[in-house]
Amino acid sequence: MHEMSIAMNIVDIAVQTAKANKAKKINSISVEIGALSGVVPEALEFCFEAATQNTMAQGSQLEIIFLKAEAHCQKCGTKFETDQFLNICPSCGEQVFASGGRKLQVKAINVD
Amino acid sequence: MCDTCGCGEPGSSVTYQKPGENQHSHSHGDHLHTHHHEHEHGDHHHHHDHPHDHDHHHHEHGHEHGKTIQVETDVMQKNNLLAERNRGFFEARNIFALNLVSSPGSGKTTLLEKTIQALKQEMKFYVIEGDQQTLRDAERIDRVGAPVIQVNTGNGCHLDAHMVNHAVKQLNPEPDSILLIENVGNLVCPSLFDLGEAHKVVIISVTEGDDKPLKYPTMFQHSDVCIINKIDLLPHVEFDLELCKKYALQVNPHLTFFEISATKGEGMGKWLNWLKENVAAHGQG
Repeated sequence: MHEMSIAMNIVDIAVQTAKANKAKKINSISVEIGALSGVVPEALEFCFEAATQNTMAQGSQLEIIFLKAEAHCQKCGTKFETDQFLNICPSCGEQVFASGGRKLQVKAINVD
Repeated sequence: MCDTCGCGEPGSSVTYQKPGENQHSHSHGDHLHTHHHEHEHGDHHHHHDHPHDHDHHHHEHGHEHGKTIQVETDVMQKNNLLAERNRGFFEARNIFALNLVSSPGSGKTTLLEKTIQALKQEMKFYVIEGDQQTLRDAERIDRVGAPVIQVNTGNGCHLDAHMVNHAVKQLNPEPDSILLIENVGNLVCPSLFDLGEAHKVVIISVTEGDDKPLKYPTMFQHSDVCIINKIDLLPHVEFDLELCKKYALQVNPHLTFFEISATKGEGMGKWLNWLKENVAAHGQG
């Protein structure tokens, strides 16, 4: 469950940004998570509330923007989006490894 | 207990201990520390008597409440910055640091014991042992004569750059030495956390599945070296060595392999040579 550390990092970044902008309260935090970033969105959601306890972000909403990885079949040229690293090409059945999908960043926060 | 704020639940705290020492220091990750602090002493961190607070609703962009601030910050930024600080320290002292990662039970600690025993006359070793609980691994390393510090992560499933930073300060490795960091046994989480090492070394044993590189690709992608351990057991298990290497190369074509039996000594020579060569090259680089 490294998602707890990830959730605490997210809250840290959000709180620092909010304080730098002289905000009083964080309403929501939007986070981009790549499919191959190693973070499970459900686990992150599970940890988020605990990570926000007694911070400016307590009671805020976590908005997850899930980014798929891309796969490009070397055999037939088909391009497709995927959540998996190892894939079967939907056109020709060849084994295809995905690329990208590693992004893990706090995109924006909404504050009062 | 945290000696700064008196807070700390056993499950969520990290401890640092050397074998034979009664007292140990203790720290939380920065955030956790602050978190508990606020909990213990009231939310004094929350009071901001900024005179401009009332201005804040002026910049609304289609939201019902509040204003949106673009952040665009990597979630791992803090860990990565600390890892680079560790890396800078290692570079300045010419310390060759390896981060050893694997599932529990692959033989990491035995590999460290045998490596240290074989080379301790010619090189100075230091070890950071990561486990959720107990001093057992640090005591094993202590018995083979290397300075060691045990990091117990409590409920944590990985070491992070902050823990290594803290452990290195206590260990104080001397210049021109080797630092072996044995991560918490876990093939998933440690792959996300750069510690400042020169190389990640992933260890897999033949009692595991030969398709592990495909099932846990992230760890194999982030590693430079793959050690396949317990090869003395190959006649007794259904593990296809060549297939495992093929899978591993599919996810990371740049992997260097060593096939060893840490307990029996088979294949250890090549691994020890790689270590010696890379330590020498590191010193010149």
